[in-house]
Parts: sequence; C-alpha cells; structure tokens
Amino acid sequence: MSNDKTLTPPPHTEPVVFTRDMLDWLPWLEPMAEADMTEHHIKSLVDAARVKSPYFRLLARDPDVLEARTRTDKDIFYNPEAGLPRAERELAAAATSRLNGCIYCASVHARFAATYSKRVDDVQRLLDEGVGARLDERWEAIVAASVALTALPMTFGKEHVERLRAVGLDDAAIADLIGAASFFNWANRLMLSLGVPATQPK
Amino acid sequence: MTDVIDSLVGIAPGSGLDAIRAQRSEARKHAQASYASLFEPKDVAGVSTDERHAIAAFVTGLHGEPKTDAFYAARLPAALRSAVAAEVTAAKTKGPYGHFPKGPLSVEDAPGPSWKVSDGGRTALGPRLSAAFEHTHMLVFHPRDASAPSLQSLLDAGWSTNDIVTISQLVSFLSYQIRVVAGLGVLASTL
Repeated sequence: MSNDKTLTPPPHTEPVVFTRDMLDWLPWLEPMAEADMTEHHIKSLVDAARVKSPYFRLLARDPDVLEARTRTDKDIFYNPEAGLPRAERELAAAATSRLNGCIYCASVHARFAATYSKRVDDVQRLLDEGVGARLDERWEAIVAASVALTALPMTFGKEHVERLRAVGLDDAAIADLIGAASFFNWANRLMLSLGVPATQPK
Repeated sequence: MTDVIDSLVGIAPGSGLDAIRAQRSEARKHAQASYASLFEPKDVAGVSTDERHAIAAFVTGLHGEPKTDAFYAARLPAALRSAVAAEVTAAKTKGPYGHFPKGPLSVEDAPGPSWKVSDGGRTALGPRLSAAFEHTHMLVFHPRDASAPSLQSLLDAGWSTNDIVTISQLVSFLSYQIRVVAGLGVLASTL
C-alpha cells in the first residue's frame, strides 16, 4: 500500500464533444510542487514556462524521460526542414487523438491543424464525424495512414505508402507522418490516463 | 549504444532511411534517450529493471510486432517468461475501444473487456506486476476508459505516484516505438 493518493479534481465541466476550444487539464495524481523541483526537474521541462502546467509538473517526477519525450516531440512537430508540412503533421496528431478518444490532445492539435492549413471546416468535420470524415484525397490518405498505425492490430501496409505517394508525399514526408501518428499514441495515453480535461470558465 | 529503432527496422548507415532519419536528428537522438532513461536509467527508483522489462514484454507481446517483441522478450527475466506469454495470449484483443464522457459521443462507445490477470498469473507475477499489467492492458487497448480508480489500484498494489509516472511513460513510449518501427519497416520495404 502506498501512502500516495489520487486527487479529486475541483468542480469542473468535462467536455463531451471534440472541440477546438482551449481546454484545461486536471491531474488525478499530485504534480510536483514548484518549491520541491531541483534544477534537474526544471531542466526536464525544456520550456521554463511549463512549470505552471500541472501535466508537466506531474511528468517531471521522472525528469529524464520527460526531457527526452519533449525533445522528441518538438523535433517531430516543429522542425521546419523538408518532410511533411506542419499542418499535416498536426492533422495526423489530431486524427490519432480522435481515434484514441483524447479530447484534450485533439483540441490542441486540431487548433494547430486549422491554423496552419486554414481549412477550419475540414478540421472541424474530422472532430465532429471522426476519422471517416470526407476531407480531400490527400487529407483522407493522411488520416487513413494514421488510423492504420494507431488501431490494434496495426494494419499499416504498402497500400498506405502507395496512396500517400500518389497524393504527393515523398519518403521524408511519409516518415514524418509515421513519427507524428506514432508520437500521439504516446501522448494520448499520458493525457488520457493521468487526468481529465475540463472546459475553461467563460 | 546502438539505436534501437534503427536496429529493429534494419536501417543501415548510408541508406535512404538513414538520411531521412538524419533530417530529424533530435527526434532520433531523444527517442533513443527515452529508451535509455526507461530501460537503463541512472537510478531505477521504485521500478526495478526486471519490472520494467516484464511490463515491456507484456506491451510488445500485446502488439504482436515480431521483431520488437523478440527484442524485449529477450530481456525478460527468465522466471517470468512463461507467465508473461500466457497472459499475453489471454489478454490480446483489438483496439482502441472504450467509452466517451456521457453525451453526444456516447453513440461511439465501443464496449470491450476490462481484462484481469489470471489466478495463475497473479501467483507468478505477484500483486505489483499484476496491477501494472491490468493497467497496461487498458493503456494499450482502451486508454479512454482510464480514470482515477485505475490509478488507485496501482497505489493499492504498492506503487508510488513517481512509480506510476514511470510506468505510464514506459507503456506510452513503447506504444510510440513499436509503431515507428512497424511504420518505417513498411516504408523501407517499398524503397
């Protein structure tokens, strides 16, 4: 028996639909107190501002893994060199989150996908209707590949690669898509299992 | 140290995929650093090396990707090999399933099992690993069913908050690594 406890989140409203709205996230386990964080813990946040985030202060309990996770994440999504355009890396993240059911992750990455692509209606249709939503052939190929990498057993095969090539993705872009969808299978599981999303007070 | 993803995909230095991975050198380096910090940590803290490898072998067994599974199964403590294999066989299913918060998304609820370790497995694995395996099964196949009681079961079995963060990262990291290896393997086969 551990002396640690799960937390009862304060009164809040849980979102019941996928949304592009900004959401809060309330942890079920105690994040580190800022005052208890050593230089090692602070460094693991990578961005110092993340000390205000309960999610990152909770993950800082294993600082080496957090730092490596964050640096992997940033390169997959933010590295501008070649590969898949940022909007479509975000689309893969949003589609993966939609399939796994991570309302919080989907909200963040649907916002990014909409911002970078300017295709607000298509992004919203993915949120509303799910991974079978009609988009266009290129986006549907990206969503289908993300789904094939996410579902178990995995069904990602040569036919997905060929469909992606047919809509103009080169090998570097396909590797980015694999990285983005795979990474959200990591992120979704942390977000879904360590806390709960909440709508922000108006 | 050999890069685990390169090694499992079979990416040779100088190959096309080597060049593509080199364009995301930070992701490549830190995916490997994630592996190292989970499986060869400077301080194992509350989760022993054997426990880490037992949970990993369960995760990779559930995913059924042969090369990655063989890599982690080889690191599994010998005493646990048959118990983990038996639980994998019993636990393997399709995902992702689970329920959504009550409301418009309830029509998408997909029911599925809340899997429990067998009686024989519980004896072989002990209460800590048994609780970890049950939580792992949920994370792998129906993560949207997670809730505070799932974490309470881990605390009740003796895991601390810090340990739960490590275990959650371990299962979630492997969910990434297994897919990258599978995905790049398919891409490599078309080059």
